Amino acid sequence: MSEPVIIEDIRPLVALLAPWAGLLGIIWAGEKRPNLREMFTFIAASVQAAVVVSLVPVVLSGAIIEFHIWQIFSYVPMLLRVDGSGLLFACVASILWIATTLYAVGYMRGLHEHAQTRFYAFFALSLSATMGVAFSANLLTIYFFYEMLSVSTFPLVTHMQDKEARTGGRTYLGYLLFTSLCLLLPALSWCYVWLDGGHLTMDFIEDVGKVGHFSETTQIVLLFLFTFGFAKAGLMPAHSWLPGAMVAPTPVSALLHAVAVVKVGVFCVYRVYADVFGSDVLANMGGEEWTMVVASATILISSLIALSQDNLKRRLAFSTIGQLGYVVLGAAIATDRGQGGAVLHIAMHACGKITLFFCAGAIFVATGKKYVSELRGLGRKMPLTMGAFMIGALSVIGLPPLGGFISKWYLALGALDRDAVWVVVVLLISSLLNVFYLLPVAVTAFFRTSETEKDPSFKEAPWPCVVPLILTALGCFFLFFWSDILLQLIGLQP
Amino acid sequence: MTEDGSIFFQLLVERLNYFIYIVLLMIGLWAMIAKNNLIKKLIGMSIFQTAIILFYVSTAVKEDATIPIYLPEHDPHGTELNSESNQSGGMIHAPQVLEASLVSGYTNPLPHVLMLTAIVVGVATLGLALSVCLRIYRAYGTIEEDDLLLELEKEDGRKAGGFRKKRPRRMPSRGGKSKDKVRKGTDEKSKSGQVQTRRRKSGPSKPTSTKSNSNSDTQGGEKKPKSRRRKPSPRKPREDKS
Amino acid sequence: MSDHIVWIVLFPLLGGVACSLFGNFSKKICYPLAVGSMIASVWSSVHTLFQVIESPLHQVSYIQGGWTLDLFPRGVGIEFRADLLGALITLVVTGVGLIVVLYSKVPVQRQTPGKEPLYYTLFLLQITGLAGITLTGDAFNLYVLIEVAALTGYGLIALGSNRAAAATFNYIILGTIGASLYLLGVGYLYLKTGTLNMVGILEVIEANNLHDSPAMQVAFVLVLLGVLIKMAFFPFHAWLPKAYCHAPTTTSCLLAPLVTKVMIYVMIRMILSVFGVEFSFESTWWAEVMPWLVVVAIICAAVMALAQREIKSMLTYLIVAEVGYMVGGVWIYNYYGLVGSIFHVISDACMTLCLFLGAGIILEKCRTTHFDGLRGLFAKMPLTMIGFFIGGFSIIGLPPTCGFFSKWYLITGGMVSERWEYMVTLMFSTMVMVILFFRLIERIHLAVDESGKNLGKGHGDLGLTDEQTRFDEAPLSMLIPLLIAASIVIIVGVYNQEVVNLIELFLEDHNLPTGVTYK
Repeated sequence: MSEPVIIEDIRPLVALLAPWAGLLGIIWAGEKRPNLREMFTFIAASVQAAVVVSLVPVVLSGAIIEFHIWQIFSYVPMLLRVDGSGLLFACVASILWIATTLYAVGYMRGLHEHAQTRFYAFFALSLSATMGVAFSANLLTIYFFYEMLSVSTFPLVTHMQDKEARTGGRTYLGYLLFTSLCLLLPALSWCYVWLDGGHLTMDFIEDVGKVGHFSETTQIVLLFLFTFGFAKAGLMPAHSWLPGAMVAPTPVSALLHAVAVVKVGVFCVYRVYADVFGSDVLANMGGEEWTMVVASATILISSLIALSQDNLKRRLAFSTIGQLGYVVLGAAIATDRGQGGAVLHIAMHACGKITLFFCAGAIFVATGKKYVSELRGLGRKMPLTMGAFMIGALSVIGLPPLGGFISKWYLALGALDRDAVWVVVVLLISSLLNVFYLLPVAVTAFFRTSETEKDPSFKEAPWPCVVPLILTALGCFFLFFWSDILLQLIGLQP
Repeated sequence: MTEDGSIFFQLLVERLNYFIYIVLLMIGLWAMIAKNNLIKKLIGMSIFQTAIILFYVSTAVKEDATIPIYLPEHDPHGTELNSESNQSGGMIHAPQVLEASLVSGYTNPLPHVLMLTAIVVGVATLGLALSVCLRIYRAYGTIEEDDLLLELEKEDGRKAGGFRKKRPRRMPSRGGKSKDKVRKGTDEKSKSGQVQTRRRKSGPSKPTSTKSNSNSDTQGGEKKPKSRRRKPSPRKPREDKS
Repeated sequence: MSDHIVWIVLFPLLGGVACSLFGNFSKKICYPLAVGSMIASVWSSVHTLFQVIESPLHQVSYIQGGWTLDLFPRGVGIEFRADLLGALITLVVTGVGLIVVLYSKVPVQRQTPGKEPLYYTLFLLQITGLAGITLTGDAFNLYVLIEVAALTGYGLIALGSNRAAAATFNYIILGTIGASLYLLGVGYLYLKTGTLNMVGILEVIEANNLHDSPAMQVAFVLVLLGVLIKMAFFPFHAWLPKAYCHAPTTTSCLLAPLVTKVMIYVMIRMILSVFGVEFSFESTWWAEVMPWLVVVAIICAAVMALAQREIKSMLTYLIVAEVGYMVGGVWIYNYYGLVGSIFHVISDACMTLCLFLGAGIILEKCRTTHFDGLRGLFAKMPLTMIGFFIGGFSIIGLPPTCGFFSKWYLITGGMVSERWEYMVTLMFSTMVMVILFFRLIERIHLAVDESGKNLGKGHGDLGLTDEQTRFDEAPLSMLIPLLIAASIVIIVGVYNQEVVNLIELFLEDHNLPTGVTYK
């Protein structure tokens, strides 16, 4: 493979700063001019998505884009770099931001929620931090944006400002900040202090595998610290913040917990596995098998818990935890196809899961129902919503011709590449479990009639809620048919 | 025990002065910690500082040396001139550097000078501390530490219990005494605080109101000396609007 | 005007005298006079810093009274000596003084009306004392200036409420013990070395190899003990919480960021420039024991901060914890630890300033800093809250504020010298600080009271009247200094490398182990 060409371009910084510009507009428009305020969000989201998508052809042609923001220490810069996997993540996040904004307009106005300015403002900040994580070029930069994301999502999680919000916010921040300050920061500074005389950048391209200089035990301890330090990846037992954060309004849950926050976590774990440790070091290390075991355990246990949940959002939350386990599993498999499958799964799962969350929220706006058992017969009244739910569910389960199939396929191939047949077995079992906890929702809605509630007043949610979920459902199809572009982007296909 | 070189000899004979200073230091320290009366604490502080001053001055002493004031024959401003360094005739007013043999006849003036400064610092501290004592006395009516702590606790209790309630406005017509002790429906602590069981160690001087207390919101007010009648409050407490 | 170094101290001194003279005629003249002398003093410190950076040996020296070094031996006159460390800290002192004096207009009028001449005189003399401490090169002069700063500090605190007067008495007793112990230590130093000039003392110690002399050991212990008492190192911290909590707003804004940090500077100066690295760290057993005392200090201070229910008292215990960080950074005997400690002195001054300015504004507008009275402040005073919480995030150590970088260097130092107890304590106390500040955010932001009961009518209603949530920011003279302080916190963080370069230049001359090898 030829050396990639490195181009200096300001576009990553523009993508990072577009939400800040939107933030100023949002604060200026305020509560008094809600339409203007929403327009600013749309403009910022569109600018960001346009800039990110415009980078795709450049990266597809084999170049890498860099931009140097600031010299943090004398030997560590805050560097933005756009490579294939980062760009894929950034595209997913920025495009879905547009859809979520439209959805949030419908949801928040439909429920007459309070403090919408604050909501949109911190939403924008969170997306800026997500872009930062996607485009980071070294460990310290990714840490900065990771922390920024934790803090900027806190007001979103505690949006309802009541005592459930307090508990949820405490769990959320407690888990995230505790792990990042007590597990991640020591691991990070250990690498920076002891490698290369203390002058290493820990760059994701240049310094791959340098951690191999440490002793075996240190490597395993570091791997442990990094894996659980990025608690946003939701590996058990550091997963409890995710169901706790479901107290947030659904747009928050949808984007942040199905796309941005958790995806940032698994993306960081992927970066550490692929670009800090590297496949060679991981393969030579004795104990990285345990990561695969932990990830598989997470997948299976969370799927089992999801089976028992009646609250729809909680069921989806545990489903997310399981799907995140897929990404970590793929990263830990440490083969090319496995890691490619992991990155791909970030995109596929994002699209599928956000559809599911949008549907859950639309159901709540239209009917006020939160529990699966109450959803009988809703399919007749809300065909679009439940149809989209069906499509999203099938994507998460991994059936063709929906996107989820591609990523699971590559994960399985990657596992077989290193003769880990048990991983394939785990994938099959968990897909089966996905069927059991996702399909009944759609089946109940369509094929069961509700005996007691023949209330004809239920109808579809307001159009700003329904249009996005149709779009993301269609997106699941498109991801299948355009998967070759995605594969090219992450380098699995020339 | 009293031979040359034993500990006892070293401590009590050779270095008696240092031993005494340490004893004085400890007396001062003990007084500052253990004494109840604030003035006695300040006396202890003075003893502490004095011990250090004595220590310094004692380091200046030399055998067969006189006080560090120029003898007439060495006086740079005197009429007996040192003819080699006098070129233009008349008095020399520059500092004179004496030879080593002459210098050993004087004790070291530097520690004396340093201790002049230290004495001044000590006096200033003492003055400041005494005025703070006076302020405490005027405010709380006592300069015994245990009573003072009791008063402070009562004040804290009133503040903590009554924080959410609006504080009653001070009535200027009553001579500017703060009214914020009179409160209805407060908790037990502040109720008991209003019952006058306070001991007065000294005469019946009233604590005068410190001026402009309306500015301080997290501070306590002063106490009235006599037991007050408890007003059942026809008067609504008003918000402090200063 | 080439001797800017002296003018740093002279401008506030003359300003203080002028304030007390002219203030009797017109109270309104005190504020402009104070601001003017502080601006001049800052200008001189900036000048001095640049002079120090450009000079070949990285130091600027001025000997009082004209006893210049070419004609007279060192130590005859009192020397003012600014090397990189001193110049940096002096800039911090005068800068903080300027920001606080700008801020002081409204609080001084409100809390000590009619006493402005006295207040500003004491204020300017306090700056004189603090700036003098950081600039002087003479051990006894240091004592005098410590006492100048202390006495004016006592006065500034006692000008507040009666409660403050009661706390001042305790402070006077403890502070005098500390300063007197320092004086006693200097006495032993003079006995053994015969000079009071700091450079001179070090030269004599090195030349005669006085490392094992019992008198020097006693001197070291006494000097350090005195300085530890004055910097409120646990367990000598007892004077600090009550004194700073009940002091008038401007006083706590001035004293809290500066006094303890300047004392830490004194400790670093004594260790590095007077006793020398070899003596301090290797000839005594302090370097083994101190990190454990530091661990106890930080944990106790952090836990006591958790128990507080008022912002100001919580912040005073945070000061004690931060002092523990800095003392630990010095005593782990490592290059990175010392870099971290010195950088933390600078950054902690900035972030403590930010926090106390914010707490003062809250006190001014809400009449209380108790947690129960703070609901709805994000709507009422958003800018103040932003400034305050930038300081809070800096204490927690979130990038890109300066607190993150000082924690980074301290952690590096702890790792390199393999002081795991210090590192674990840093992590623990960071978590405690996260709890402290996010608990505060919860109390302000959520409609839930302490016991967990919902208030208000749901949907974000905080249970407050419209009057209480109306936008009602602090007066500009208080708000703008707060925002300046918050931006300094971020700027020092962003440009931390520049500052650290200067610190590393300073530390090059001292032989400290680095301990980092390629693995």
